[in-house]
Amino acid sequence: MAGPALARRTVADAAPTASAGRGWRWRDDLVGWAFAAPFVILFLVFLAFPIVASFGLSFTSFGLRDLQNPIGATFVGLQNYADLLSDPTFWKALLNTAYFVVVGVPVTLVIGLLIANALNRGVNRFRTAFRVGYYLPVITSIVAIAVVWRFVLNPDVGLVNMLLGAAGIQGPAWLADPALAMPSIIAMAVWRNLGFAMIVFLAGLQSIPGVLYEAASIDGAGRWQAFRFVTLPMLRPTILFMTVITTIGYLQLFEEPFVMTDGGPLDATLSVTMYMYREGFTFFHQGYASAIAYVLFVIVAFVAFLQFKFLRSDA
Amino acid sequence: MTTMPVKAPMAAGPAATPGRPPAADGRTRPPSSRLSYILLTAGLVLMVGPFLWMVLGSLKPPGDFLRNPPTFLPSVATTDNYSRLFDQLDFPRFFFNSTVIALAVTVGTLVFCPMLGYALAKLRWHGKRLVMGLVLATLMVPAGITLIPNFILMSNLGLVNTYPGLILPFLAGPFGVFLMRQFMLGVPNELLEAARMDGANEFKVFFSVVMPIATPVLATLAILTFLGNWNSFLYPLVMSQEPAMYTLPVALATFATSQYQADHGMLMAGSVVLVVPVLIVFVLFQRWITEGIATTGLKG
Repeated sequence: MAGPALARRTVADAAPTASAGRGWRWRDDLVGWAFAAPFVILFLVFLAFPIVASFGLSFTSFGLRDLQNPIGATFVGLQNYADLLSDPTFWKALLNTAYFVVVGVPVTLVIGLLIANALNRGVNRFRTAFRVGYYLPVITSIVAIAVVWRFVLNPDVGLVNMLLGAAGIQGPAWLADPALAMPSIIAMAVWRNLGFAMIVFLAGLQSIPGVLYEAASIDGAGRWQAFRFVTLPMLRPTILFMTVITTIGYLQLFEEPFVMTDGGPLDATLSVTMYMYREGFTFFHQGYASAIAYVLFVIVAFVAFLQFKFLRSDA
Repeated sequence: MTTMPVKAPMAAGPAATPGRPPAADGRTRPPSSRLSYILLTAGLVLMVGPFLWMVLGSLKPPGDFLRNPPTFLPSVATTDNYSRLFDQLDFPRFFFNSTVIALAVTVGTLVFCPMLGYALAKLRWHGKRLVMGLVLATLMVPAGITLIPNFILMSNLGLVNTYPGLILPFLAGPFGVFLMRQFMLGVPNELLEAARMDGANEFKVFFSVVMPIATPVLATLAILTFLGNWNSFLYPLVMSQEPAMYTLPVALATFATSQYQADHGMLMAGSVVLVVPVLIVFVLFQRWITEGIATTGLKG
């Protein structure tokens, strides 16, 4: 793109620049910023500024009528945050999200690790087929997966209850039962994300030197002991990293309940992000919704901070 | 990959494992590998099952969804569900929207992210540290946090329900910068110096020396960006208020939660339309994707 013309011009004035000495630094800055500017401008406008603006909005009662005149929104101080503390629906959403994370993350990682380990140590053939198969849901749209799973879990015409019925069991209404709805969504999330854990763990496992396993086996270690005393300690940084990444992802639960349950039944699957969306775009309480978003942001930042701390002490 | 064939057959002495019989052929294959195959295959069936159920469901005529008990296979395979998507509903339009947005973001990302990545890794300029710190700090910011301000911003710019409104914010993805900077750090300085000696300016060095050797990383970045934007939901949901600007996920979710929610055949057909392009990309490029993810440890 515009290569020859550009190049010719530079050859001409490159020589005086190099010997000039004084203008040199200034020229470096010009070139550096020319490379950086396109991204940095977009970044400032659509990412950095919104992050700051969101904080500001959370101290206002921004609503639909303020949309055309954002600066005129009424400042309400900490009112939104105070309201959040006494909002039972918010606590419910926070608790549901915690439930999803606390159960979903360990189950996803344990199954992902077991599959990675089986692929790495127990299997020599069909590795690619297994890898592709387990990874398939990760790259698939969550919306499509949620629509399909809603159909899979349908009490009358779904796959799961069809199979249970064939075994003589009357299957429950998975997504309509407040006690079963969240576990169903967790099962789906595990199904979707274990392939990601598997790929990262597989890379971690393959970087463990085979000599360690030889040494372990000379010392009389069986498969389980090799896993316990070689694999797990060597994989510690990867496990920590995956825990943080998965936790941050799961904290933002949204598409699954949006499509499958609309947050119900009885708010049993209402997540923090869903509550933010509902307040912000169904009721147009955008100031309040920004406060919800910021609470989630602080939680995510805290988890990311823990990663730094742990990983540093680990290295 | 093949680190398992261990080169120490003598180490497989019987004394090593008193509790269980020695492996038949040395150490190459651990004893419980048959169990691994069985479990992995069973797991694979669980992974593929819902996809199969989706495809079969999309081919079922309406009567099949009234049967009790339901059947796995359609009584007659029909393409009616697909015809309805494309004739009665506006799926060609949604497909077009998704394609345009995902492609535009991918192209932009492939230009802007390597440029900044190169400047961060290989050039000296004032403000470099600040830019790098800012970009890295936003790597894990939840998408929800920028949603409301961006919506307000786009409303005031008149960009809600437009392609720029759905494309611009995604050109600022810090992941691509992170990925490209990591790659650029590994590019030997001698290579750049040689090109500079030959009289090339920085843009020439970047476009004709650095970019060509970055092809594998660029391929990974392109695929991850395309997939991420093809599947993106929350932001397009907010930013496309008119059906004409719906992307496929927004359209599917809207139909799935509206009057069509019991129309299983049509919803499965819609899911197939959303999933199949991704499956094709994945099967063709699976090596780039899994390696890219394994080395960076991040999703697109």
